Amino acid sequence: MSDSAIAVDGVQKRFGDVVALDGISFEVPPATVFGLLGPNGAGKTTAVRVLTTLLPPDGGRASVLGLDVARDPEKVRARIGLAGQYAAVDGNLTGRENLRMIGRLTHLPRRMVEDRASELLEGFDLADAADRPARTYSGGMRRRLDLCAALVHRPPVLFLDEPTTGLDLYSRKQLWAVIEDLVTEGTTLLLTTQYLEEADRLADDIVVIDHGDVIAQGGPAHLKSRIGGTVIDVGFTDPGEARRAHSFVTKFACRPPEVNGSEVRFEVADGARVLVDALRTLDGEGLAPQTIAVREPSLDDVFLALTGRRVEPEEEPEEATRGAA
Amino acid sequence: MTATTVTPIGLTPDLDLRGVRRLKTAVTDTFAVMARNLIAYRRVPQLLVFSTIQPVVFVLLFRYVFGGAISTPGVPYVDYLMPGIFAQTVAFGALNTSIGLSTDMQAGLIERFRSLPMARSAVLAGRTLADLVRNVFVVGLMFAVGFAVGWRVHTNVFALAGAVLLVLLFGYALSWVFATVGLIVADPEAAQAAAFPVMAPLVFASSAFVPVSSMPDWLQPFATYQPLSVVVDAVRDLTIGGPTAFDVTLAILWCVGILAVAAPIAVHRYRLAT
Repeated sequence: MSDSAIAVDGVQKRFGDVVALDGISFEVPPATVFGLLGPNGAGKTTAVRVLTTLLPPDGGRASVLGLDVARDPEKVRARIGLAGQYAAVDGNLTGRENLRMIGRLTHLPRRMVEDRASELLEGFDLADAADRPARTYSGGMRRRLDLCAALVHRPPVLFLDEPTTGLDLYSRKQLWAVIEDLVTEGTTLLLTTQYLEEADRLADDIVVIDHGDVIAQGGPAHLKSRIGGTVIDVGFTDPGEARRAHSFVTKFACRPPEVNGSEVRFEVADGARVLVDALRTLDGEGLAPQTIAVREPSLDDVFLALTGRRVEPEEEPEEATRGAA
Repeated sequence: MTATTVTPIGLTPDLDLRGVRRLKTAVTDTFAVMARNLIAYRRVPQLLVFSTIQPVVFVLLFRYVFGGAISTPGVPYVDYLMPGIFAQTVAFGALNTSIGLSTDMQAGLIERFRSLPMARSAVLAGRTLADLVRNVFVVGLMFAVGFAVGWRVHTNVFALAGAVLLVLLFGYALSWVFATVGLIVADPEAAQAAAFPVMAPLVFASSAFVPVSSMPDWLQPFATYQPLSVVVDAVRDLTIGGPTAFDVTLAILWCVGILAVAAPIAVHRYRLAT
């Protein structure tokens, strides 16, 4: 196919009447991080399930390391690791036994299984709990064990489906560090996330999907330039002032600002510096803001920028959420 | 939490899919899964203990409460009863297969297994074999309970061994039926609820506890030839005495038939499991 570690070409998947993937395409170069960004129900999990051979695609082609996922699933499975949205570990087994089981099922030499289990338990702060049943673990510990299980056989291509959903900030940052190490060592990683910040921090390339369709693609910087970077809300005492402010901040914003009552919202590419300039200008015009809020763009902002609508709260297609319950 | 490791990437060899190697992989994978399931029984002994309470209660109930009212001419009721107890014990035991698999479905473990480069048959084979090992313990225990309440074997050790094997084969065949149930419902409680309408007629509209001749005419053909009755009758022949060939042959045919139908369906469901 190509030199890509992952190549997806027009992949389609439907569940009954629900179109989960409507012909998505993307390529992931080796030893890079690829972010699949989208709201619930966008088709992220379905894409991962197709690429990890769990679901056959209805149309299009997908390959991992040049191996077609539909025609060569067994070879693909020998080369991938998967950590899903939920911690898929056996609560009755200890952490070590869980990893030993995966080691045996991935056909590593027995000696190596033991070494690899110890190495991972050590590396993921689970050494003290290694010989306790996993059902006694905290949520974060189960999540880490789950990731260890995906790494036992050192897969060259790793799939992480919303790896940090439900983790606290500390655990999330730990996980990010691990991911960066893995990629330095040559692992190719595809991760799905609902957090723009996460994709921005980790991914070399990002695809934004919505309703099973790719709606934007590119590096984090490229996407941010389309979205705007920082979102600034400036509130005034009355709508008249806000309308006047609107005309002055337009030149700083990367998209037309919005006036909402007595508030102006505008998005700028270069957060802090532009904010100072903008405030100076407003001050010079005799406009004194009552409130100022500055925040990094969320997935919601990305959507608004790309599609002109907000993220709809909706259910994932049933097939995609099974197991997450 | 840093992945400081020098292990090279890509440790897993491609499966050698030619003939004997493929079989060898299937066997080692099956044992790995079986070992994992047996650890659960060891670590959570309640799973085993609670599932033996019900058959023990049945033994006491039928031996000492209902038994006096049930007429089994020429045979002490306890000798009539115990083959029925063995069969219903493994029948209800097959529920463990669906509970185990639906629990694994819910926990996402089946999905993990399906993403591993392992033999496709190993998860189900490992599960059903672990449940077979479990049945060996439970049936052994029921033998002891039977002896304690006066059950006696009137034939020889070979016939008894045959009876044991037949009961275990029956339990194993049913495990595959309930494997499919577990994969479809994917919820342990629903799996139990789904099993009851199948289990009730199988266990009670049978020759397990009362002679079929005491049932209404319309029920008798079903009650005589349904698999559990046939297995119970064969085990009675093998432990009480009398001609064995017809009942035993029919019982083996039933078990093999159930396996031949249920196993491919279960494996098919496993491949599609989501």
